[in-house]
Amino acid sequence: MTDDDIRALFLEELARIAPDIDPGTVGGGDHIQDDLELDSMDVLNLVTALHARTGIDIPEPDYPQIETADKAVAYLSRALA
Amino acid sequence: MANLGVAGEDETDPFHDWRTGVPQDPARYGLNIAYEAIDRHVATGYGAEEAIRWLGKDDSRRSFSYSDLQDMTGRVASVLQSHGLEPGDSVFALMGRVPELYATALGTLRAGMVFTPLFSAFGPEPIRTRMEIGGAAALVTTAALYKRKIAPWRDEIDTLKLVLIVGDDAPEGCVALGPAMAAARADTPPVETSPDDPALIHFTSGTTGKPKGAVHVHGAVVYHAVSGRNALDLAPGTIYWCTADPGWVTGTSYGIISPLVNRVTMIVDEAEFDLDRWYETIGREGVEVWYSAPTAIRMMMRAGAEAAAAYDFSSLRFLASVGEPLNPEAVVWSEEVFGQPFHDNWWQTETGGIMIANRPGMEVKPGSMGKPMPGVEAAIVEPGEGMVTLLPDGEVGELALRPGWPSMMRAYLHEKARYDKCFVGGWYLSGDLAMRDADGYFWFVGRADDLIKTSGHLIGPFEVESALIEHEAVAEAGVIGVPDETAGEIVKAFVTLNPGREASDALERDIRGHARKRLGAAVAPREIVFRKTLPKTRSGKIMRRLLKARELGLPEGDISTLETDET
Repeated sequence: MTDDDIRALFLEELARIAPDIDPGTVGGGDHIQDDLELDSMDVLNLVTALHARTGIDIPEPDYPQIETADKAVAYLSRALA
Repeated sequence: MANLGVAGEDETDPFHDWRTGVPQDPARYGLNIAYEAIDRHVATGYGAEEAIRWLGKDDSRRSFSYSDLQDMTGRVASVLQSHGLEPGDSVFALMGRVPELYATALGTLRAGMVFTPLFSAFGPEPIRTRMEIGGAAALVTTAALYKRKIAPWRDEIDTLKLVLIVGDDAPEGCVALGPAMAAARADTPPVETSPDDPALIHFTSGTTGKPKGAVHVHGAVVYHAVSGRNALDLAPGTIYWCTADPGWVTGTSYGIISPLVNRVTMIVDEAEFDLDRWYETIGREGVEVWYSAPTAIRMMMRAGAEAAAAYDFSSLRFLASVGEPLNPEAVVWSEEVFGQPFHDNWWQTETGGIMIANRPGMEVKPGSMGKPMPGVEAAIVEPGEGMVTLLPDGEVGELALRPGWPSMMRAYLHEKARYDKCFVGGWYLSGDLAMRDADGYFWFVGRADDLIKTSGHLIGPFEVESALIEHEAVAEAGVIGVPDETAGEIVKAFVTLNPGREASDALERDIRGHARKRLGAAVAPREIVFRKTLPKTRSGKIMRRLLKARELGLPEGDISTLETDET
């Protein structure tokens, strides 16, 4: 998977959990909780969805590493490598 | 101003006659929560002690002494007064856990005005409804929240005279709080409110109709003081961390008032739950008493004991939990990981303070909410017409309390009939089903009504349904709570569509997106399913109970009133 694929996948799952978000307007540095207003249950659901799509297990202490699209792409691509 | 003190252990306490221990007459001197939480400590020589240790999202930190709080709240009170607000006027706050929130809460009380905190993750709809019911005269918020959630309808709230914006700049029609506070007088004395004067309004959801504004009075502070000691082991100097947001009653009663009245140092973390941040905070700040909620505790459990292994929890002395029943596994787990079990306790927006608790020193029964607090009389009852029947130990019924404790709500704002309905045969009916065991411990069973308990918050299905049917495709909606491992319950909606509309994944997301925009993530449904019809009574009321029984595979119970069934 390229970084672009990972970003698309992340944004797709983000918008599935929080359909009030328009994935086209999400900036790479937007914080999923502070800027995009996900709550902690949404974050859990996002982790579950990312696991289902990529097979990557994201342990609780690593949640801050998926708090923006940019960070998530870097984190997931490392895990996939 | 002298005042009815709740301390009075030493000779320097001017609020009791130290020779006789008799409190000064509150009718003569007034009783104001802000005075009890701040000025009393400053007057007795504790002004330099640390009241709030604030931890910013960006890892910055600020420390506020009791004297600092006196200064800040004096300035907020003065700003409100200088804009023509008067005692009894309603002041709303909508912001994250920033220092200004605490200054606003206590500054409002100092000015004798009535404070209502709103959860900053609420969408525009719940905010507007609550400001309308509460007749908001002033709102204190941030520029970002104002632009996103308030500005489009601000002019339609005709009671609203003043919008204060945290920081140095304000959008048009608003006043920047920073410069206003800097120019204001710092030594504003507390208004001499009486113990029965309204101090706080906390909104709580109803099963039908609009949210209810539970009115609490300044006299409640007596119970905040004593319950903080008895249920949470608070004492002067205790390092205490309540993780609840002041937008909910726990975050005000035990996240502002009780700790400050007990002269503790309270930790305020601006950030949301983050496992490593939380664990680190406990060791670094030396947290002794920690008051949290089952959803957070279950998130910690998910991460496992290994994730906690590297951290220092030796400072912890007492752990408590509230919001929904804490599962027995979580109690056992916390004892293993933190060396202390979480002590579950029970109370509601309406009770204003902790009513039933696993108290310090008591044997914890994992899964139980504990025993009634000193002075609180609780029972399990079967409500009847104008009377209740007391049920014996071991039987499930409605949890009821004898009215009269100091922090009891005194009204639902403008809703006398709904308030009166809570009191039957000399008891306050909580709406929670529970049972008492032979040792006197109470056990939560469920809600007697359709209210949904999710992540410790009580959500009214009506408010969610109302937002759903505003979507152009939705004809009807029925909303229930379904069990969830982490949140306790999550909100699930059943909807029927208007003619010509087809169910699809895209439509499901569109409706959910609409609901999240209106209500915010915490209140909006996590799941929406489509139905051709919903089960309804002859009078056309959607039978949520039946939707829930079917969802959970439970017996359907009495369906004699069912007119049209679900398809």
